[in-house]
Amino acid sequence: MDRLFAKTPCAGQLPLSIGGMTVSEVELGPMTALSPRKGQGAALAGALGAAHGLDWPGAGRATAAGDARAIWFGHDSVLLTGAAPDAALAGPGVLVDQSDAWTVVRLDGTGAEAVLARLVPVDLRAPGFGTGATARCRIGHMAGSVTRLETGGFLLMVFRSMAQTLLHDLKSAMEAVAARG
Amino acid sequence: MRITCPHCGDRDSREFSYKGHALALERPAPDAGAEAWDDYVHLRENPAGETRDLWHHHFGCGAWLVVTRNTLTHDVLGCELASEARR
Amino acid sequence: MRVQGKGLIDRDRPVSFTFDGVGYSGYQGDTLASALLANEVRLVGRSFKYHRPRGILTAGSEEPNALVTVGRDGRQDPNVRATVQEIYEGMAARSQNRWPSLSFDLMAVNDLAAPFLGAGFYYKTFMWPRSFWEKLYEPVIRRAAGLGALSGQDNSDRYERAFAFCDLLVIGAGPAGLMAALVAGRAGADVILADEDARMGGRLLAETYEIDGKPGAVWAEEALAELRGMENVRLMTRTTVAGAYDQGTYAALERVSHHRADRGAGAPLECFWRIVARRAVLAAGALERPIAFADNDRPGIMTAGAVRAYLNRWGVSPGRAVTVFGNNDDAHRTVRDLLAAGVHVAALIDSRHDATRLDGVRMIRGGQVCGSGGRQGLERITVRHPGGEERIATDCLAMSGGWNPSLHLTCHMNGRPEWRRDIAAFVPVAGMVPGLRAAGACNGAFSTMACLREGAEAASEALNALGIKADQGTLPRAEETPCVLEPLWAVPGRGRAWLDFQNDVTVKDVKQAAVENFRSVEHMKRYTTQGMATDQGKNSNVAALAVLADATGRGIPETGTTTFRPPYSPIAIAALGAGGEGKGFQPERFTTSHAATLSRGAPMIEAGLWYRPSYFPQAGETDWQQSCDREVGYVRNAVGVADVSTLGKIDIQGADAARLLDFVYTNMFSTLKVGRVRYGLMLREDGHVMDDGTTARLGEDHYLMTTTTAAAGQVMAHLEFVTQGLHPEWDVSICSVTEQWAQFAVAGPRARELLNGLLDTPVDPADWPFMSCGAVSVLGGGGRLFRISFSGEEGYEIAVPARYGASLFDLLVRRAEALGGGAYGMEALNVLRIEKGFITHAEIHGRVTAYDIGMGGMVSAKKDCIGKTMAQRPGLEEPGRERLVGLKPIAAEGKLLAGAHLYRQEDAARCEHDQGYVTSVCHSPVLGRMIGLGFLADGPERIGEIVKMVDGLRGVTTYCEVVSPVFYDPEGGRMRG
Repeated sequence: MDRLFAKTPCAGQLPLSIGGMTVSEVELGPMTALSPRKGQGAALAGALGAAHGLDWPGAGRATAAGDARAIWFGHDSVLLTGAAPDAALAGPGVLVDQSDAWTVVRLDGTGAEAVLARLVPVDLRAPGFGTGATARCRIGHMAGSVTRLETGGFLLMVFRSMAQTLLHDLKSAMEAVAARG
Repeated sequence: MRITCPHCGDRDSREFSYKGHALALERPAPDAGAEAWDDYVHLRENPAGETRDLWHHHFGCGAWLVVTRNTLTHDVLGCELASEARR
Repeated sequence: MRVQGKGLIDRDRPVSFTFDGVGYSGYQGDTLASALLANEVRLVGRSFKYHRPRGILTAGSEEPNALVTVGRDGRQDPNVRATVQEIYEGMAARSQNRWPSLSFDLMAVNDLAAPFLGAGFYYKTFMWPRSFWEKLYEPVIRRAAGLGALSGQDNSDRYERAFAFCDLLVIGAGPAGLMAALVAGRAGADVILADEDARMGGRLLAETYEIDGKPGAVWAEEALAELRGMENVRLMTRTTVAGAYDQGTYAALERVSHHRADRGAGAPLECFWRIVARRAVLAAGALERPIAFADNDRPGIMTAGAVRAYLNRWGVSPGRAVTVFGNNDDAHRTVRDLLAAGVHVAALIDSRHDATRLDGVRMIRGGQVCGSGGRQGLERITVRHPGGEERIATDCLAMSGGWNPSLHLTCHMNGRPEWRRDIAAFVPVAGMVPGLRAAGACNGAFSTMACLREGAEAASEALNALGIKADQGTLPRAEETPCVLEPLWAVPGRGRAWLDFQNDVTVKDVKQAAVENFRSVEHMKRYTTQGMATDQGKNSNVAALAVLADATGRGIPETGTTTFRPPYSPIAIAALGAGGEGKGFQPERFTTSHAATLSRGAPMIEAGLWYRPSYFPQAGETDWQQSCDREVGYVRNAVGVADVSTLGKIDIQGADAARLLDFVYTNMFSTLKVGRVRYGLMLREDGHVMDDGTTARLGEDHYLMTTTTAAAGQVMAHLEFVTQGLHPEWDVSICSVTEQWAQFAVAGPRARELLNGLLDTPVDPADWPFMSCGAVSVLGGGGRLFRISFSGEEGYEIAVPARYGASLFDLLVRRAEALGGGAYGMEALNVLRIEKGFITHAEIHGRVTAYDIGMGGMVSAKKDCIGKTMAQRPGLEEPGRERLVGLKPIAAEGKLLAGAHLYRQEDAARCEHDQGYVTSVCHSPVLGRMIGLGFLADGPERIGEIVKMVDGLRGVTTYCEVVSPVFYDPEGGRMRG
């Protein structure tokens, strides 16, 4: 009997460690883009809190509760990760499944900020960009998302189809940063 | 050049695409007449001074923005969401 | 020669290097220039135009003469300034612009021809005859002129780019910069201190000044130690801030590995920084001016400040019998330092009659050096003074015409400096670059005390603006000698007196320009090439415009400066483009079937950023046409599978979703039934076609739009513009789901049979008519099915979440092969759609209307839509427009070529007879000949007519019949099933 096998965007290529920094693939579980219907912003925020215990994140912020996260994802958009969206969200909100749409990796290690300084034209240093901060921004030539994790590392997202370019760019920057010592 | 996106804050212009004069927001009615439509689609001022442009934060939050800037001094004088900028 | 007891070099760490193949030894801390001078090598290069022997003029990045080549092959680095390049063990440097050797350069004949090579020489000489230019003049000039050369091999070094952010950027780490960084750092501001030198301290390293009773270099080292201890301060050595841009953006070049013998460890050679600073302090110091006199370019003649730098910082005396020539008190310091170090000073020549006397040296007041002599290096000078003319034997002349503030960055946003008579120099005007303030010598404050004070003040001002509380504390104590000088730009007399050493421009050239009425400083610059070499005339521009001012009877302020442009010093293109080479050029987008496609040997073609298979070759096939024909056959006779995930997919939801679609498409979507798909046409507001595609209605207020691969981003931005800019009041949300779904076309007579093996509920044609859609269960998982066709056969597109894409593609292809079909690529896809007359961006190329492509009827009369009003302009609907037709060669072997033009049979193939053009062609296996689509004037009215296709570039003429664009199954029976 044939069946379908799942494959992650970076399958078989991560983790990658260079000079004390590590990139690893992250499986966040379900990912859903949430947008409030016209005039329903407060209601959607309320529903998110009631159903998932998550605060609605303001621009540039990410909130977390257990495995679930609400990552601000752009104009009128929040990405709910780590939890299947509760049906109650569908009343005040528009829900779009994005679980397979993104390459998601994390970058950890002491040189992580220096690596991202080579790819992202945004100041990602703590404390200005501390835990709970997120940005939609360029990563190299790609439109991406960068979120500071509780551990101090970064969660990076680009389109699924661009996984190889993300790995290429990260590897080059990590090598250059590591070689400087 | 840097633009302060109302959502994302101060960002490098390489995250934005330039989309022409903000006049594009003032779409005439279908029966407004040839002259109004010609103005809307084709005619643009090229001011030496203050101007209002549309920029699209396409590498960032996806918002369309109206940026007020000075073409002589390169000062960026203001930036608002296109969804809130129509007058 | 090396002077004992002087210098900041590490005498315990000798370093061996070669210059033109000869081995020398220096010390850690030496530049190539200081090490060569220590070894008494004075001749270092040949000049650009006249190939005159040249030595070392300065001790910094402004050096015009001492340019060398370092490294070989992919790492050959030409035009390296010897004054900047630090020596490392095993370094091999070579002189350049000479043949056969540096000391015997045959091209020095140019110097004898100098009377004919003056200002404007190129413009006057190489004008005629015209035909000589390409064959004779240009190659000859290229060979004779120019400086170093590239190896012609790929650059094997790594370059990188990086972004940095700070509250305060301090540019230059001399006394002013160090003081600014200390004040800001102590206040807790986020500070970057950048300096182009390998060692911070600026002139404090080159002079014998004291600060707080300590040698300047010691004070600098203590200040740096304090700064290094601050977490909020970043020190960037070897980093030249090269340009000031809008909103506090600065470009900086960090030379990361030029000083390292081993750069194989993956470290970049250079890093190009974009620094965003809320405030900046420019503390770039000042550059000393040479004085123009006859033969002032002989090796051994250098600026006085450079002589002091070599003596005090590197422990080198550039000569054994030094003379000093100046117009200011500062030059006297040179004599004092040299005497204190035990170096013989032959004379001090001061052009001022009333100059302060200096003991311990023969001083000539009111004297001017008016000539020099010596073979390949200075041996004597001629001095004119009130007592007459005399010759003085000397091997090094230290000259000082005063100092020019390094204000370049303050003028990078089109600012102009102002003239200060008391110091005879241009100084910055405040506010020319918002947020940037000049402090210290670059602001015309030349004493150490003034530098410290201005540095502290500038930092305080910046902190104040940033809302950071600052405590200036007490300033250190230092000398506060006033700047006393009397301008002297050029010593009158015969002979050539050099202004721009790097471009070989003399005083006479500038005067000649004025005579020929190139009186504007910008015209003079271009006519003489003054300041147009890689040093941008840093130590010559002001003198040149002073000479021009004199020649035109104007003052210096009226004459003005040329425009200052970035970069401050040269930057390799490789550094500017860092990160953009190879795979860094643009992202690569791969579908989920990419690996499987490659493993089947398919050549890939780029479609925007995406990679798609051209065709899937099989054993025994010798060219692509065979593979393509076979794959077309799969779809026409069995079943073919193609990955169509690259098409844009946009999820549209909300109460006003239908309204949005009615507004952006020409045709109606509010009337589309749930579970159905409709083809839509989208216009730009100017009435021309933007894109096309199918849109499915998944629910009452839920649509899924499909765009072409090429226009996916453009359409998404367009929808955002409409929903945010034109109708923010609408209740509609749009979201790209292109990446969420892997989608495959399954087409052909056996398509349904294939799918039914995978779907948990088989497709019943009664429930799945042409243009229907819905959710399906694929091997137990959720998916979507669309019954649409881009081939003219019964066709479906099946979508699953992207994680299953690779797996589904594998299953589909294997099952298709079992049914006598298989995977097909873009070539076959193109044939299939041309046979059906389906358009792509080859046809909707931005200049056609709905009317032109035969879809005028799709513009609904019942509603407004984007582009409708402008599409109704008379010119866009009138007869005579070129409109879509099919083209079929009369002869079976007739060739059609995309891009070829169409003419009446009887007309010559000339512009005025042009009737249209061909957009798409293919070999049609069904028709057994080539077919094409194209645009022909009044085309649809000319079906059956014979026209002439001419491809002038490839010399092909084909007579073809004008036919309907639909070549295959015009009734669509196969597609509808």
